[in-house]
Amino acid sequence: MDFGLVAQYLLNGIVLGVIYSMVAAGFTLFFGVLNVIKFSHGDVVMAGAFTALAAFAGLELLDAGVGMFAALIITVAGIVAMATLGAVLARMLILPLRNAPPLNTLLITLMFGLALRESVRLFYPNGSNPKPFPQLLPDLSMTFGNLALRLDSVLLIIVGLGAIVGVHLLIQRTRIGLAVRAVAQDPETARIMGINFERVVLLTFALGSGLAALAGITNGLYYSEVNFGMGLLLGVIGFSAAVVGGLGSIYGAIIGGFLFAGLQTIGAVWFAVPAYKDVFAFGCIIVLMAWKPTGLLAERSSERV
Amino acid sequence: MTPGKRDFRALIVAAGLAALFVVLFLHLEAQWAIALLALGLVLGLYFAVRAGLLARVQAAASHHPRAAIAINTIAGIAIIAVLREEHFALLMLATVCLFVTVCLGLTIQFGYAGIVNFSGIAFFGIGAYTTAVLTAHSAIPHLLIIIVSGLVSGLIGSLLILPMLRTRGHYAALVTIAFGILFRTFLEVNDTLGGPQGLKVEGMRILGWSLNDNISLGPLGTVSFYASYAMLALFVAAAAFTLIKRLERSWIGLNLDAVRTDETAAASFGIDVPRWKIFAFTAGNCLAGVAGAIYAMMSGYIAPASFNFGDSLLLVSIVLLGGSGSALGVLPAALLVVVLPEKLQIIQEYRLLLFAVLVILILRFRPDGLLPRTMREYLPGWGRK
Repeated sequence: MDFGLVAQYLLNGIVLGVIYSMVAAGFTLFFGVLNVIKFSHGDVVMAGAFTALAAFAGLELLDAGVGMFAALIITVAGIVAMATLGAVLARMLILPLRNAPPLNTLLITLMFGLALRESVRLFYPNGSNPKPFPQLLPDLSMTFGNLALRLDSVLLIIVGLGAIVGVHLLIQRTRIGLAVRAVAQDPETARIMGINFERVVLLTFALGSGLAALAGITNGLYYSEVNFGMGLLLGVIGFSAAVVGGLGSIYGAIIGGFLFAGLQTIGAVWFAVPAYKDVFAFGCIIVLMAWKPTGLLAERSSERV
Repeated sequence: MTPGKRDFRALIVAAGLAALFVVLFLHLEAQWAIALLALGLVLGLYFAVRAGLLARVQAAASHHPRAAIAINTIAGIAIIAVLREEHFALLMLATVCLFVTVCLGLTIQFGYAGIVNFSGIAFFGIGAYTTAVLTAHSAIPHLLIIIVSGLVSGLIGSLLILPMLRTRGHYAALVTIAFGILFRTFLEVNDTLGGPQGLKVEGMRILGWSLNDNISLGPLGTVSFYASYAMLALFVAAAAFTLIKRLERSWIGLNLDAVRTDETAAASFGIDVPRWKIFAFTAGNCLAGVAGAIYAMMSGYIAPASFNFGDSLLLVSIVLLGGSGSALGVLPAALLVVVLPEKLQIIQEYRLLLFAVLVILILRFRPDGLLPRTMREYLPGWGRK
């Protein structure tokens, strides 16, 4: 195997890693503040991509559907729509179930994801078929031997990493982030200190869902195709990445995301049948869970008796 | 009238009403009637619980467990006898019984022991595929194959025991989700197991009698071959139900409940937590495997597409809809979830959507399910006026 091919696999793995990390970061944020797993996250990723697609159709009507500017507009549209949806979901379904068994929260979000998926399939025009996603990024590439370095991949990696770093800085360096961390540490005490618990929770869900929309749009731009079922696998992969990295830590999400992408890439190279890559990757995840039950970066207080 | 007689009367009336309902539900074709019946079932159960009628029947059943099971099995046979010529209705009935069996397995797992399992359909599938391979490549009697399939499901499930024991809560959920997806993908890419096209499965034969033949009763008409499968599925479901009820009443059930409610407290009272978790997980998977084996023989054909992650969610929804840990609740829940989308053609296209919304509403406004689990009653009549 020559250098160009290796580099090609590497580049592909990095783009996947960025997408997975963005999804995983959402899981980690939600788990951090409320100790819940929101299983509709993968479908929010999908819905974000479809919102962007609808926005693109709108732009085309105005004859503005070309170039980076259009890409920017549809991305913003997707992120804003999903952030709103995330906050509404938290308000309507997740906060009311705070005192119910965790399994109920898990199930209600799973079912919400199913409802979202079915709605797109049934109500989006021709939604049950894969839809082509517009190529809006500049179609430039440089070739080094066998390696075709596409400019759009590089842009996607930069934007994705930028978003994750941005969220991390927001959590670690700002007053809002301080409130989020306070709620994550101890909701009761945070309330006594005058932090508006509900607002912090809604904000976190908006943030995570916006990130999910970005992941969906990145996925669409990279593969030039979206379909209504793509959220399920992306959600499960994002969740695996977050758990393997260690729930509740953004670094863990990044490590987990890239680890999963790496496993998939190794699986794709290793086996003659490329479809075995998911079997391989999920098998490794189960083994990793047996070895490190609370993820690679363990939660500081995973046991509460 | 003596209390004993009154108990029997309550049981018979309840079983009769249930049987009548099932027959109507499976037999009627008019869309409005089906919608009305489904609504009636949900409201009826709600008011039966509120008015204490159901508690009365359940108390009667726990005082006379054998009689209760016998009466209900007779009711089940009566249903099959009434519907004997209708292929589709019997197929539905058999499917409901098999789903009940799987969901009773899940009830042991997370209703009692508190182990989440999001790969129920994978263990069902392992049973089905084991049956397909064994019927094609061995001469083992078919009844034995059903049992072997259950054991294989339990055995393959034991691969997950180590990660399950070391993890908890959300982490354990991930292990089973990963396994469910891994199983489905593995089936699709594995050519020896038929790949995406799946495998054909021989029909069941017991002592040379093939269950796939219609039975002719001379002037009385013919009995659909699905009646035999429905009968078999009914007996398996009844056996599973008996097992669960006995389990719940025994020390094992108490231990499992202790493990679920508080592992630390359970361990400090000398309960061997890992042992009971392994027991519950394996027992549940075995039941799923047995149901899968019968399903494979009945449908004659299995493919990876029938063992989706979404189907595992369906199973979990049945358990929660009925009420977590409530064996009785599994019955109406399975009936609704399996039959309603097939019968109500208006909603066929929208069924998953409506169904998802329904479960969301239940979890939001009635999280205990249709028939919440009741307290054990060890001493008949004790504490009752």
